[in-house]
Amino acid sequence: MALDAGLDTARGSSQPRLGWAPWRRALWYHAYFWRRTWRASIVSSFLYPLLYLASMGLGVGKLVNAHAGGVQGVSYVDFVAPAFLAMTAMQIASNESMWPILASFKWTRSYWTAVATPIRPRDLVAAKLAWVAIHVAMVGVIYTAILAAFQTLLSPWAVLLPLAGVLTGLAFAAPLAAYVATQENERSFPIFYRFAIIPMFLFSGSFYPISQLPKWLEVVVQFVPLYHGVALCRTLSLGQGSLAATLYHVAFLVSLTVVGTVLCLRNFRRRLEV
Amino acid sequence: MATVPESPSRPALVSARGLIKRFGGFTAVDDIDFEILSGESFGFLGPNGAGKTSTMKMVSCVSPPTEGELTVLGKDPRTHGPEIRARLGLVPQEDSLELELSLMDNLVMYGRYFDLPRAEIRRRAQNLLEFTQLSERANDKADNLSGGMKRRLTIARSLISEPDLLILDEPTTGLDPQARHLVWDRLYRLKSEGVTLIITTHYMDEAEQLCDRLVVMDRGKIVAHGAPRELIGQYSTREVLELRFGLGGHGPHVGSVSDLADRVEELPDRLLLYVDDGDEALAAVHARGLTPESALVRRSTLEDVFLRLTGRTLVD
Repeated sequence: MALDAGLDTARGSSQPRLGWAPWRRALWYHAYFWRRTWRASIVSSFLYPLLYLASMGLGVGKLVNAHAGGVQGVSYVDFVAPAFLAMTAMQIASNESMWPILASFKWTRSYWTAVATPIRPRDLVAAKLAWVAIHVAMVGVIYTAILAAFQTLLSPWAVLLPLAGVLTGLAFAAPLAAYVATQENERSFPIFYRFAIIPMFLFSGSFYPISQLPKWLEVVVQFVPLYHGVALCRTLSLGQGSLAATLYHVAFLVSLTVVGTVLCLRNFRRRLEV
Repeated sequence: MATVPESPSRPALVSARGLIKRFGGFTAVDDIDFEILSGESFGFLGPNGAGKTSTMKMVSCVSPPTEGELTVLGKDPRTHGPEIRARLGLVPQEDSLELELSLMDNLVMYGRYFDLPRAEIRRRAQNLLEFTQLSERANDKADNLSGGMKRRLTIARSLISEPDLLILDEPTTGLDPQARHLVWDRLYRLKSEGVTLIITTHYMDEAEQLCDRLVVMDRGKIVAHGAPRELIGQYSTREVLELRFGLGGHGPHVGSVSDLADRVEELPDRLLLYVDDGDEALAAVHARGLTPESALVRRSTLEDVFLRLTGRTLVD
């Protein structure tokens, strides 16, 4: 066994190594905790899309299909199914970026622990965002498989759905993490849920096309990140929508991710290097 | 400003010149110089708010200096932070353990930050849990540990990378006496194994027990430096006679005993008479017909040094 090897050889190979992607070591931290709850996490990743599909397909869908003959030329369940992926990505990204980040600064102080080692603030940002991406990707693959099993995916582009989910997740996680890094307490978090997450959930064209909204609201929705996530997922799933519109959705989400990441790097550094 | 004399035989692991740390308009560390040599145990003694923790954060390359020169392990923390931190062990003032994880997992996770191979971390972790007398709790949640055990686990964690320099910020604050002695015992062992220690404390007994050399800090400045016994010899008398006079207050008695001592300090609850022979002084006090409620003769400590230098007590 390597453990029984002489102390000197063991030491020789075990000096702290540098330059070997420190953020990956910080990423390991997230994986470590996830390992303890992954079963529950996987079960809910299967369960939620099944519940959504059952409720929307069997309940609301039946009504819509009977009275309006589907939505945008497809059955209601096909229309609404890809939106669940975008909404779930938003949910995962928000949950990962709010309390856990504040806790790492204030309660468990694990960010302070990390920066006393070779880890730098930017490694923590990279690890956090990479973890959100991995988490959403895992859930996205399961979602996509379930949607395929229920034959709600109408286009081969649907294989890119997990990626669209990741992009949606990052567009939420990066700006949110940057904001949370400036906070001393969680008082504003429920407000964010009430006045951002829930309205986005209801008004981002997940359950009906935004053309159903009054004109002014339709314009407002154009600036809502979740709308672009939903639209992108739906485009890939149904094979509808122009290339220009699709690129615009991608550009919107990428811009939010980039701006959020830059602010994150700044705010993490400001907070941890005082 | 005070410069700690350097012993030529050993290399300096840390050296600071004109080191300053400001937070906005507040100067936490105000132009200090010091040098910490390989293999020694070096203390920063001072009351809360003296600037000890700010100094430690700069030395541990977590917080950049505002001004001045700082070299740690031969490198500049401003440009080589991660490389220096790879060779440091830090025991922060506030415990920051992962309370939901087991003791073993706490050590493994921390070791991963240094990119050590997992098998090697486990081997070291087992040794360190033994060293800190926590082996039996290896698979317990860290949350279930007492305060003293958490401190020992934090010390074990800081040693996982086999650091060249171990920095301990108030290692025994908040611990009961028995737990403190256990921590001291472990630190003493590290010291005798040649590990370089930097310790901040506001307990004079901790500084006296553990430190080869120390600086006394007050309001961001170094007010004295030297070995504990040297400082006591330099700034205090051999013995101290403590007199308690009950509720009447101590002020009225200062005049009647002041000629018996080199110096008299009046504290809220007692008078301190700095003398060479405490018993002789006490006999003289009694001979004058004074009847203190209680009297105690003791040796001078660093607490007396601090009182002499600043006019205040360390722990208030």
